[in-house]
Amino acid sequence: MLKITNLHAKVEGREILKGLDLEVRPGEVHAVMGPNGSGKSTLANVIAGREDYEVTGGEILYRGENLAGLSPEDRARDGIFLAFQYPVEIPGVSNMYFLKAAKNAILRHRGEDELDAVDFLEFARRKLKLVEMNEELANRPINEGFSGGEKKRNEIFQMAVLEPTLCVLDETDSGLDIDALRVVASGVNALRSPERAMLLITHYQRLLEYIVPDFVHVLSDGRIVRSGGKELALELEEKGYAWIEEHAAA
Amino acid sequence: MSRTSSALERLANREYEYGFVTDIESDSVPPGLSEDVIRTISKKKNEPDWLLAWRLKAYRHWLTLADAEPTWANVHYDPIDYQKIVYYSAPRPKKKLESLDEVDPELLATYEKLGISLAEQKRLTGVAVDAVFDSVSVATTFKKELEKHGIIFCAFSEAVQRHPELVRSYLGSVVPYADNFFATLNSAVFSDGSFVYIPKGVRCPMELSTYFRINAENTGQFERTLIVADEGSYVSYLEGCTAPMRDENQLHAAVVELVALGDAEIKYSTVQNWYPGDEEGRGGIYNFVTKRGKCAGARSKISWTQVETGSAITWKYPSCILLGDGSIGAFYSVALTARRQQADTGTKMYHIGKNTKSTIISKGISAGHGQNSYRGLVRINKGAAGARNYSQCDSLLLGDRCGAHTFPYLEVMNPSATVEHEATTSKIGEDQLFYCRQRGISEEDAISMIVNGFCKEVLRELPMEFAVEAQNLLGVSLEGSVG
Repeated sequence: MLKITNLHAKVEGREILKGLDLEVRPGEVHAVMGPNGSGKSTLANVIAGREDYEVTGGEILYRGENLAGLSPEDRARDGIFLAFQYPVEIPGVSNMYFLKAAKNAILRHRGEDELDAVDFLEFARRKLKLVEMNEELANRPINEGFSGGEKKRNEIFQMAVLEPTLCVLDETDSGLDIDALRVVASGVNALRSPERAMLLITHYQRLLEYIVPDFVHVLSDGRIVRSGGKELALELEEKGYAWIEEHAAA
Repeated sequence: MSRTSSALERLANREYEYGFVTDIESDSVPPGLSEDVIRTISKKKNEPDWLLAWRLKAYRHWLTLADAEPTWANVHYDPIDYQKIVYYSAPRPKKKLESLDEVDPELLATYEKLGISLAEQKRLTGVAVDAVFDSVSVATTFKKELEKHGIIFCAFSEAVQRHPELVRSYLGSVVPYADNFFATLNSAVFSDGSFVYIPKGVRCPMELSTYFRINAENTGQFERTLIVADEGSYVSYLEGCTAPMRDENQLHAAVVELVALGDAEIKYSTVQNWYPGDEEGRGGIYNFVTKRGKCAGARSKISWTQVETGSAITWKYPSCILLGDGSIGAFYSVALTARRQQADTGTKMYHIGKNTKSTIISKGISAGHGQNSYRGLVRINKGAAGARNYSQCDSLLLGDRCGAHTFPYLEVMNPSATVEHEATTSKIGEDQLFYCRQRGISEEDAISMIVNGFCKEVLRELPMEFAVEAQNLLGVSLEGSVG
């Protein structure tokens, strides 16, 4: 589903990704771990097509198609979803209205029928249950006045509504207390399916206790330096990133 | 980055859809201003002597104001040559119309094209329309229906003929002829406009609206609107405006006076979409307007809601004189300046009665090379014990060549008053746009959505029919029933 080959990317003139390779198949959950500044968020943003991240080499194939030159909205409509590390606030725009517009843009792109207000509401209500979010919150302006946990929960709610094929979760666990983490994780787990792939980007092993990955990759200085099964995360937790960095240097 | 600015550019330079010209013969006076021109206008309208005398008094006063054209506003334009303007232009034939069926089909077609149907059977549900074309009112719908309730809704010139006593007692009672340069000019040459009277205790059953259209070349539009709500009555009134695209600037200097007696309420809404000029700033309407309401009676209410998207220059401050104890004034405004548009707009709230309240919500949006200024005065007089004001002025910048400015003035003479002022300036963030686009929403829709959200508090004050138009004008789709 996702095949990244020798990816190089720059942000504000500085090279952050330096030859990254990664392959994700349908149904798989991959965790990408790494210390601060290793390029985790850059990877997430580059996949989503953010324009101030410049790809300077290599390629990203998504379902066999090269993503280069594709706008963020086209990538989203093709089924790529990014759960943001810091979801923005958009005052005055109701979350539900926003999601309905997004859902219908995606349906339209796929040549499917759009949902009217009634059908959408019914559909969205079912998804709200997944993340134990109440409707009042969902109707408020996007993320305005939401707590950190509510914002993250809202990201997963949006993910559930938009039904993407590839989910990229950028530090979804950051700033969550244990209860919120459990809710968010169970929402994510409910969305696991044989057709859907997930890329969990995280600094800590904690999230992976709740969302168990099939593969773990360690990102260091813009490259994946080690890959393995879920036990790699535990090893990393025990020995720290310094261990990997020494290892990589050796 | 460049993609984003190009979408902003497109929004800033969006097409003006109403720029066509109606090919119709008109009856105009030669350009220039003199006592003769004023006498001619007055005669054409068969006005009583007192009105001519009032016009002439205004004109003579205006002559003394030659150096008093306001220069304090944060707008820039070349001096206006008042002798080049045509002060009266009316579509011919000037035959007296008995019913809507006799209105020139060309005119009806013009209003259809503007989305305003004057055919009553095709009416917008619950909206009566007075259509003003250049200097005259060409049609008013639902007059009979309204008369059943004792409501008078007609062209100003008709009111002068049929209800001279009402006009005479209220004309100039809120905006006196010597009020300011442009109001004085209007008092001398005003041609038509709407007149509304709501009798005691009557709740007007439909929205009343006036649609102003400037068509003739080199013509100024100087309409005058007067709305009187008698004790315990209620009316919601809307106005809309458009003009053809021309390279020359055209002057629109209107006066609106509102009078609310005890327990009466007037809601006045404007969707202003005069031709804004082209991308280089050529042409467009100079919209220099004086609007003021007097809450004359206790517990009366006046609210101004405006969505200003057109005009090369906007200079207007819809204001409230809160005379009656417990009276309430409100001002809700969205001003959008794109291309080379300039707006200096805001309000004045004069608290005179006890326990008077006012609310000011102003949303300025600047794009392209637009310059947007909020200017507002809150004055609490000595006797206005317990007065309260809340002001909120927010500015949104789209792009980096536009500007937003805020000039709040506060004069508080009574220590028991409560005055709050909040102001913010924000830019549409790359983060917000990326967030929307990552969810599959196009960049243009995302900008519309963010702008719409920013204006929400004001747009929700508009009657439904106008809210749709206003949101379309802002390049915004209507927020659905979800949410």
